[in-house]
Amino acid sequence: MRHLLVAITLLAFGAGKLRFEQQLTEAHRRAFFHGAKLNLDLRQQIGQLGFIAALSGFRSLVADVLWIQAHSAWENTQWGKMVLIFDNVTALQPRNVMFWDMAGWHMAWNASVAAIQNPKQPREALRIKAQREYFRIGRDFYERGIENNPDRYLLHDRLGLLLREKFQDHCGAAAEYDLARQFPGAPEYEKRFAAYELSYCPGHEREAYERLLALYKMGEQEWLPTLLKRLSFLEENLHVPAEQKVYIPPDTPK
Amino acid sequence: MTTTTAPPSVAADSRPAHTFFSPARIGAIASNTLLELVRLKVFYFLLIFALLVIGSSAFMVRFTFQEQFQVLKDVSLGAMSIFTWLLSVLATAMLLPKDIEDRTLYTILAKPVPRLEYLLGKLLGVLLLLLVSTLVMSALFAAALYLREQTVIAETAQNTPPEQLAEAVRNLKAGAFTVSLIPGIITIYIKAALFSALTLFISTYASSSIFTIMISVAIYIIGHLQSTAREYWLAGGDAGALTKIFLAIISLVFPDLQLFNLVDDIVAGNAIALGLFLKTAGLGVVYTCIYLLVAYFVFANKEL
Repeated sequence: MRHLLVAITLLAFGAGKLRFEQQLTEAHRRAFFHGAKLNLDLRQQIGQLGFIAALSGFRSLVADVLWIQAHSAWENTQWGKMVLIFDNVTALQPRNVMFWDMAGWHMAWNASVAAIQNPKQPREALRIKAQREYFRIGRDFYERGIENNPDRYLLHDRLGLLLREKFQDHCGAAAEYDLARQFPGAPEYEKRFAAYELSYCPGHEREAYERLLALYKMGEQEWLPTLLKRLSFLEENLHVPAEQKVYIPPDTPK
Repeated sequence: MTTTTAPPSVAADSRPAHTFFSPARIGAIASNTLLELVRLKVFYFLLIFALLVIGSSAFMVRFTFQEQFQVLKDVSLGAMSIFTWLLSVLATAMLLPKDIEDRTLYTILAKPVPRLEYLLGKLLGVLLLLLVSTLVMSALFAAALYLREQTVIAETAQNTPPEQLAEAVRNLKAGAFTVSLIPGIITIYIKAALFSALTLFISTYASSSIFTIMISVAIYIIGHLQSTAREYWLAGGDAGALTKIFLAIISLVFPDLQLFNLVDDIVAGNAIALGLFLKTAGLGVVYTCIYLLVAYFVFANKEL
């Protein structure tokens, strides 16, 4: 009799909590964009124990252990291994911006430089190809990171830097800095960087000039050398009449 | 003239009348349970926790400060999860068998102590132990994080231009101990409390502590997969009838433990909404009460 009572209580409670749990799961997902992909690929990479640990609520801990492994791989310049580990770390903790940021930076900056300076590869064309591949992998990490963290500015900033420095895609960089500056709490320099990059973007000179001019009018604290240099360049480029040109302090570096 | 003598007063007995439910009796059982557990030197695990936190803090020096804080938080909160869970299962699993072995159970139940009070007292004792452990671990964790933060701030102050220092320190502090970690720690405690009640329920059936521990560990793993089973079952896929019954049983009987893993997301920098936290905590409390209730159903008429 008591077993029946226990079974009835558990099943009745189970039926009552079912919808609530499902709604709560969905609410958690909405709040945190749960995107951890605990699939078979990951199982093969992190081993059975790690996989069980990840399933048992120790995702972040497993991600950290893998991160330390990635750090060791970096010290041994094992770039290929690092990509695999970064993929797993970001799959386990897709909402951790730091992992995406560092993964993209290691690939686009460190691995790409190592590839172009690779002494074991005599053919320059292949070194350049490998370097571009690492640029692409770095960009891919940033883009996937943004997809998983649409509410954070940092990866837009990093992608802007990557597009500017490694791809010389100034229009793309301007767009990323523009997105970054719209987030609450984003640093002030995002606005300036967006305008600087726009000034290099063909066809957007007028818009860039107006933005830089608006920054210039905000006061002397905004009269940074790059801003003055780009304003001066655009004034020439857009044939701004002399009386409308801004005052450039004579000690501004050319 | 007649005189009447009053009958001897029944109220002359100054002992308080026996009540069906007595918080004082529950309190006595709870404090005894806590004392028993403390005498078993369970708090030594805190030493291991401290070593883990200090060790990971020292080991991380070669990483960037974001990485250091991240790993320190993950290791500390992960260790807190493991230790509170282990403590809840191991401490609760031995309660009933030990009382039966020592004959304490018979001494207590021979007195007018309802079995519900006995169970409730035992559970409260374990919950108190978990509370003290969680508080001490949180304090150790906060201290380690604060010390690390101060070290990094001192290093940053030496290498950062004065005009950028305020911004750098603000970023550093945002990455260290934040208020959002507190709901995460509370959910760790609630999850452990749920597990204590669940283990107590299993131990009312079980004949040995080993059996209780094994089943609790199995439920821990199943509980973390419950949401997958539930979603598959609710989606009404093309699974066979037997599979559907199996999935339904898992969904209905087992708790969804993934809901209590807020720490993973909180450490990643996500703040948890108060409403969401309260719903999660409320679910944990209801689970604890239900498991206590079914434990009572089994224990109430159990032949001892």
